This record gives sequence, structure tokens and C-alpha cells, in this order.
Amino acid sequence: MQDSGINVFFMGKNFLRLLEGLGVTLRISLIAVLLSLPLGILFGMFMTWKNPLAKAISRFYLEFIRIMPQLVLLFIAYFGVTRALGWNLSADVSAVIVFTLWGTAEMGDLVRGALISIPKHQYDSAAALGMNKAQTFGYVVVPQTLRRLIPLTINLTTRMIKTTSLVVLIGMTEVLKVGKQIIDANRFEYPTAALWVYGMIFLLYFLACWPISMLARKLEKRWR
Amino acid sequence: MKRNNLFIKLIALTVTALLLIGGLAGCGKEEGDSSAASFRTLDEIKESGKIVIGVFSDKAPFGYVDENGDYQGYDVYFAERIAKDLGVDVEYVSTDPASRVEYAATGKVDLILANFTVTEERAQQVDFALPYMKVKLGVVSPDNALITDVEQLNGKNLIVVKGTTAETYFEKNYPEVKLQKYDEYADAYNALLDGRGDAFSTDNTEVLAWAIQNPGFTVGIDALGNADTIAPAVQKGNTTLLDWINDEIEALAEENFFHADYAATLADVYGDAADPDNLVVEGGKVE
Repeated sequence: MQDSGINVFFMGKNFLRLLEGLGVTLRISLIAVLLSLPLGILFGMFMTWKNPLAKAISRFYLEFIRIMPQLVLLFIAYFGVTRALGWNLSADVSAVIVFTLWGTAEMGDLVRGALISIPKHQYDSAAALGMNKAQTFGYVVVPQTLRRLIPLTINLTTRMIKTTSLVVLIGMTEVLKVGKQIIDANRFEYPTAALWVYGMIFLLYFLACWPISMLARKLEKRWR
Repeated sequence: MKRNNLFIKLIALTVTALLLIGGLAGCGKEEGDSSAASFRTLDEIKESGKIVIGVFSDKAPFGYVDENGDYQGYDVYFAERIAKDLGVDVEYVSTDPASRVEYAATGKVDLILANFTVTEERAQQVDFALPYMKVKLGVVSPDNALITDVEQLNGKNLIVVKGTTAETYFEKNYPEVKLQKYDEYADAYNALLDGRGDAFSTDNTEVLAWAIQNPGFTVGIDALGNADTIAPAVQKGNTTLLDWINDEIEALAEENFFHADYAATLADVYGDAADPDNLVVEGGKVE
């Protein structure tokens, strides 16, 4: 296996560089997820408000974030802000802002969906038991909503981890970019390296997302 | 009323959270960059002791990262020299084709050295220095039916990739050549390997590197059409840095710097197949 592409992992610091790339990916996405979850829950509750102005605001925010490709948002946050306002945001900060804005919008819509899926008779029953609004919310609505939210939230989290590969366009070398660098630096000596490198990246993403899925499964079982 | 109170609290919380993010963003502002939207002058770069240069990190042999994580390549070789002559350290920023213009236009990097082809549209957004490389079209064909002159292509099938300069060049100048168009480079090369076409044309740097990898194929024509030049770019209006780079390129011509650069970075890839004079530009003069 003298000329096998697997050799690229053992050259110099290549493997370490891949892990560092994974570190960048996880750092950006996990910070964004941790910010998005609470903000998204608040935003989701805000979205269920019947006030027309609140509806208009939340609708606009959600549709804006949803329609704009994340790549465009990244460019706006990183380059556009510098052009328009003269603020020189670092790539890290721009990425976290964009993914948090996106995560909040998506999470908000999930929360809204889960909230309005609680049937009206649950509220009526709570009222019949003499619970006030806060009690109804805390003892009846939230526990049921959370259960419905878990699979959706995990889905969103893993999606955010994978979407962070877009940050290469604002100069951050995350795991996918490191992989491309390794493939390219060896494309003359090891033309088959691409398969190995992409295989390894697949494995790394899997190892990053699998524990999150496991945790979700455990929570779902416990709360059943 | 209670319901409303709850929501007002929630809104207040959300707003606070958003402000917090905004605050964080504010903290992210790099210190001392109050005029960040505009470029750093030559003196400011020297004073800071560091020049920020945008290069490719996955386009061997022009700009790539080696197994130790160090930047290498034709563009990087030049970048190192610039930093040395300025007496500063260099910080590389990895750029992509799609973001190069933005990097230079917003002054996020001081200088772009990323195989940046000079075009009119780009020149409206950034200022180009003198060229240090040029690209023409190359034509690669099988050894047993080698095309060495463009006239030989008349009536034959020439493979091109859609949207490349090769496509427009042949359509305009040699309408009698039959063009076979493909969307991707990989498809085009496969078509050539299968014999679906007689020859393949695209940037000479690309076909030269490919021919080395594929015995049985040779680049019969390695410099066709008008030369596109490749030059460093700075943010518009950064004349102090631009002038310094131009002087540097002119001064380096005396020691044939870019031929040395070619020998150090490109010669291995192109071997004897290419004539350095067809790629390298010394002193910014394209004949």
C-alpha cells in the first residue's frame, strides 16, 4: 500500500490539523446552538402572541432569515457590516452571530409549532382544575412541549454543526477546509487521498453528532 | 392582563438578549481598528509589524498548506519576500475564489496574492499592482495525434469546459473548430481519455499540470490567445502600499525573482512540459 491515499493522515501534522478543524467547527456551532436554544424558545413564545405587530415582526424575522441563504448572511455579517458601518467583526464573531440568528429563527418556529400543537382541552382542563395562567404553562404546557421539541431540536443542532462548513468563505479553516487543503497538497503524489480524507471527515462528523443523538434518545426515554 | 404582562416580560428578555449579542459583537471589534473599513497604509503596516495577506490554501501549486500546516506555493513564495523586504511578519488568511474581491475591497486583508486574474470588473472594486504571472490557453492532446498548431484543429472535436475563456476564445476566433462542451473539468478530462474528442483546451497552467499526471498526453500548444495577467490586489485607494508593491516587483526583476519562484514552486509540477517564460512575468512587463 505504498501509494495508498491513507498515508496522508500520517504525514506531518495532518491528522492533528483535521482535529483542529473539527474543533473550529464544534466551537462555532455549539456556541451558536447554546445561544439559539434559549433565544429560540423565547422567540417561539413571542410568535404565538396574537398582537398583529408582534406577528408582523416575528413573521418578517423568520422569513428573512429563512429565505436568505446562510452564505449571504455570513457575507453580510463579515464583509457587509465592514463596508456599511466600518465595524471590523472577526470571522468568529460574524459566524456565531449569523448561526445564532438562524438557529433562533428556526428554533422559534419549532417552539411555536410545539406550543400550538397542545390541544385546547389541555388548557381548559387546567383551568377547570383552578390553575392560573402561569401554573397552566409551567405544569401542563411546557412539559408536553419539551417532549415534542427534543427530536426537532436534535435535528436542528446536527444541521447547524454541518452547516458551519460555510464559514470557510469568511476565512475560517474548519474541518472540511483542512480536508480540502490536505487533498490538494497531495493531489500529485496521492490522487486517491480524496476518498480517504472525505471518509475520515464523514467519520469525524459522525462522532461529533452521534453523542448528541444518543443524549436525545436517553432524554426521550426518560420523559416518556 | 396577566397574559400581557408575561409577554411584555418575554419581549424585554428577548430584547435584552439581542442587545447582549450586539454587545458581544461590539467587543469582537478588533482594537485600534476604528477606521477598519479603510485600508492600512504602508507606514501603519510597518508599524504594526505584520502584513495580512490573503492567499489560497487549497490551490497547489500556487497557494496551499503543507503537511506541517505551513503555507506554500508560488504566491506564498512572493508573499514571504514582500514581508521580508518590508521587515514585517506575515499573517496568511485563507481565501476562496468567491471571497477574494470582498477581502481586498473591505480591507480585511492588506494584500491579495491568490492567483488573482486581472479583469475590468474586478479593477472597479480593487486596485491591481503590476502583474507577476500570466495565463494563456493551452491545448492538450494524445501523443499519437498531437496537435501542435491551432490550424490542425479545423474540423476536429475540441473539448472545452462551459464558461471558460477557452470556450469564448474558440467560438470567436476559430468558428470552424467543433466544440464539445462539458460542465465539469472531470467530465472534460474523461472525454479526452475516452477519445470522445481530439484535444482539450483550457488555461495552460491547468492542462500542463494534468498532462504530467497522464502519460500519453502532451500539451502541444502551451500559449494561445491573449495573456490574462495575474497580479496582487489591494483595497481601492491604498496608494502607498500599491506603489511600494509596484516598486518591489520592478526591483525584483533585476534578480529574476519570479523565475527563481517558478523554479522553487512550479518547476516540479510542470517539469519540462512548460517554458517558464510563458507563465512568469518579470518586472510587471508583459510583452
